[in-house]
Amino acid sequence: MTDAASVSDVSKRFAKSPQAALDHVSLTVRPGEITGLVGPDGAGKTTLIRILTGLLHPDSGTVAVLGAAPGARSVDIGYMPQRFGLYEDLSVQQNLSLYAELRGLNRAERAAAFAHLLEFTDLKRFQTRLAGDLSGGMKQKLGLACALVKTPRLLLLDEPSVGVDPVSRRELWAMVQGLLGSGIAVLWATAYLDEAERCARVFLLSEGKIVFAGPPAELAKSCEGRIIRLTGFAGSRRDLLVRALDQPEVADGTIQGDAVRLLLRKAGVPPDFAKIGAGTALRSEPAEARFEDGFIDLLGGGPPGTSALAQDYAKVPAQTGPAILAAHLTKRFGSFTAADDINLDIRRGEIMGLLGPNGAGKSTTFKMMCGLLTPSSGTSAVGGHSFAGGAAAVRARLGYMAQKFSLYGDLSVAQNLAFFAGIYGIRRDRQQARIDALVHIFALERYLADNAATLPLGYKQRLALACAVIHEPPVLFLDEATSGVDPINRREFWCHIMGLVARGVTVLVTTHFMDEAEYCDRIALIYRARQIATGTPDELKRLASGDADMTMEDAFIALIAKADAAREAKAA
Amino acid sequence: MNLRRIVALIEKEGVQILRDPSTLLIAFVLPLILLFLFGYGVSLDTGHTRIGLVLESSSAPALGLAQSFENSAWFDVQLARSVAELRPELVAGRIRGIVVIPLDFGETEARAVRASPIEIIVDGSQPNTASFVAAYAEGVRAAWAQPRPPAVTLDARFTFNPELRSRFFLVPGAIAIVMTMIGTLLTALVIAREWERGTIEALFATPVTMGEFLISKLVPYFLLALGSMAMCTVLAVTVFGVPLRGSAWALLAIAATFLTSALGQGLFISAAVKNQFVASQIALLTAFLPAMLLSGFIFEIGSMPRALQYLTRIVPARYLIPSLQTVFVAGDIWRLFLPNMLALLGFGAVFAALTLRVTRKSLD
Repeated sequence: MTDAASVSDVSKRFAKSPQAALDHVSLTVRPGEITGLVGPDGAGKTTLIRILTGLLHPDSGTVAVLGAAPGARSVDIGYMPQRFGLYEDLSVQQNLSLYAELRGLNRAERAAAFAHLLEFTDLKRFQTRLAGDLSGGMKQKLGLACALVKTPRLLLLDEPSVGVDPVSRRELWAMVQGLLGSGIAVLWATAYLDEAERCARVFLLSEGKIVFAGPPAELAKSCEGRIIRLTGFAGSRRDLLVRALDQPEVADGTIQGDAVRLLLRKAGVPPDFAKIGAGTALRSEPAEARFEDGFIDLLGGGPPGTSALAQDYAKVPAQTGPAILAAHLTKRFGSFTAADDINLDIRRGEIMGLLGPNGAGKSTTFKMMCGLLTPSSGTSAVGGHSFAGGAAAVRARLGYMAQKFSLYGDLSVAQNLAFFAGIYGIRRDRQQARIDALVHIFALERYLADNAATLPLGYKQRLALACAVIHEPPVLFLDEATSGVDPINRREFWCHIMGLVARGVTVLVTTHFMDEAEYCDRIALIYRARQIATGTPDELKRLASGDADMTMEDAFIALIAKADAAREAKAA
Repeated sequence: MNLRRIVALIEKEGVQILRDPSTLLIAFVLPLILLFLFGYGVSLDTGHTRIGLVLESSSAPALGLAQSFENSAWFDVQLARSVAELRPELVAGRIRGIVVIPLDFGETEARAVRASPIEIIVDGSQPNTASFVAAYAEGVRAAWAQPRPPAVTLDARFTFNPELRSRFFLVPGAIAIVMTMIGTLLTALVIAREWERGTIEALFATPVTMGEFLISKLVPYFLLALGSMAMCTVLAVTVFGVPLRGSAWALLAIAATFLTSALGQGLFISAAVKNQFVASQIALLTAFLPAMLLSGFIFEIGSMPRALQYLTRIVPARYLIPSLQTVFVAGDIWRLFLPNMLALLGFGAVFAALTLRVTRKSLD
């Protein structure tokens, strides 16, 4: 079988960047299977895909697409760029027609293709709706439909699932999987390692270099026998994880429900359990290695558990009332209810996760809770102070981090820090000391004079966290703070958060990473503007199926399916 | 070139134009505002300018001259005894100048009376009005100074625009501005928008060629600009009473050649900058402002400093406005149109070449 696309020894450097975007990369895409192009943001995935479409030209190396130069066989290539490439002011039907015409479909083919695609993507009901009015998941499906309007021989998908909820992600995967039978070759770029795990073969990119190529199971295999699952320990799972990560024997660790899962550096050499205060009832059992373990291992393991940020953070005094409160929060936009009677009561030192599909009302709820949006009815309060009476005083007590918006790209790192120190009213004589401490903790020394916009994504995220905690707030709001960030940086981020929580800081977080949901003490699941379930991760899993062993993602999907079934039963 | 793809792209562009209120605003509402502004609001005609007249002398010649000022159609005269009385009026802008007929006026021997000096004080903060007042005051004095009614009277009649109504040349000028806005500003925005929204990436991955893409952008805006021009012409003739002495064909030909240059400029801008905000700024600075200021629309090119006169030669609108004004108020004078049209086609070719140089079907 010939390869649908092959890239050999390709390098590409952009004029303004000191680092090569692609550094001697070789890759092949075979018909009839999904090839994963995996790596964090900025690893070079988009550059590589654009080279395959002919939109970018490599500096060196050779590229063949369907046996020709890139761009020469564009009729047979389906391409879905990161932002889907849809015309938002055109309807679903008009978008499809445009791409059908551009790809030269004749009338007879067209009718059949449209009928099939609209069925396949479940967009039949929305044909006349403007693409801009579709939800994220539906836009993604329409983008795919446009790429498939003339059955391609090679389908290039550039992070089709970024920012899309697990339900939509899974549907999209199933749709693409269904195409393989006809011999289409698919290249699927993603930052989600669980998606990578399901690909036939994977090319793992890191900083422009391929660090692994082969079936994902092969990478997981390299960690076989080095995974242990700890249960029955004394104390909190987060404290145990932090202490375990500090041990030299441990390469990486995550939380899984009530258990802590560790990746050991050497098979059969666990850390000294007594030293990490695990207690006498501790059970340690081997567990299955996953793709992500292999990835982390390849990059040399995760960060140590103890957070330098937390060590000298002001301890939050004990308090009686809830640290964050939402009582009957409702938000209506015209006749549309975006959030309906949300009730949350978050204690000091608790991590509360807010999960839900795109457009479910999660962001609306989040924004009302941190005072950015005024509720139509109900109240929200932080530290017992309602936003209704003097929002500025309340805001001074909270830290807010939304990676996309919180930094000034055209200010340098030092200027950003000084600015946030200023607006949070830190006394002038203390500002410099606090900034120096943060720069040291987050290893920002090299970048102090660089504009924030030019930082690598991982550093941007560190800077955003530094700015959010510069005034040592007792409450932190994190809105998809880790999206697009590589797993090592995400782990480091969570070590900081776990450390802060141990000092009494209260955290409200939204995320699309289901493994991050496991760090939460409790989770509120928002769906169709309603709070459909609230509880610990294990409680939610049990609620979903009575089985605490399932992944958080499966629980999420099952709970949403349940809510849908209940709604339909009520309607019937 | 594939006709089907071009048609599909043009259709798409059409739907987008109809859905986008800002495009329709620029194409049909903005022209209305400009037309009404230049048709009714702005007038470069001067008449009945208020001035002060200080009569220090009460000699017969002085009174005679004062009478001439009062009778003049150009001035509304406010009489006073001293300059001091009128100065606050001038400062407040209630009068535009002060003419002083001095004490010794006409006291010299009779022959010299006619050459006696008068003093003219004008408000230099408004240079145009100031020079107007000065020149006309001098004119009034000169007319009065004629020894006797001349044997031959000069009865000036202005051809094409007998009443010298500024509306007659401002309204065609406004049409030029409108076409500049649609041709350059709108096209500059539409390609930049595709870059910004990332739609160009999906488009370029299809078999669409760069030429097809550019044509699909040119045709709709060419038609839109002609449509807007037609609307303006109908309004100019029916509402503002501007005559259309030339033929509709000549008007169409002039507009079409201008649009090759204006659209070319718009395409070039958006191909070069790929950002709507920057594209609109550049379009305003390089197309709209020069069309307003350096094209002879409001300020006559002949009275500009020499350096600026040379600069106007690279302003496409400069080659449009004389043709447009001519086709409206004079008629079909191809001897004037053809060189101008040729210049505009030249601009179009230059912009087309530049655009092709900077656009490739690539994101590099």
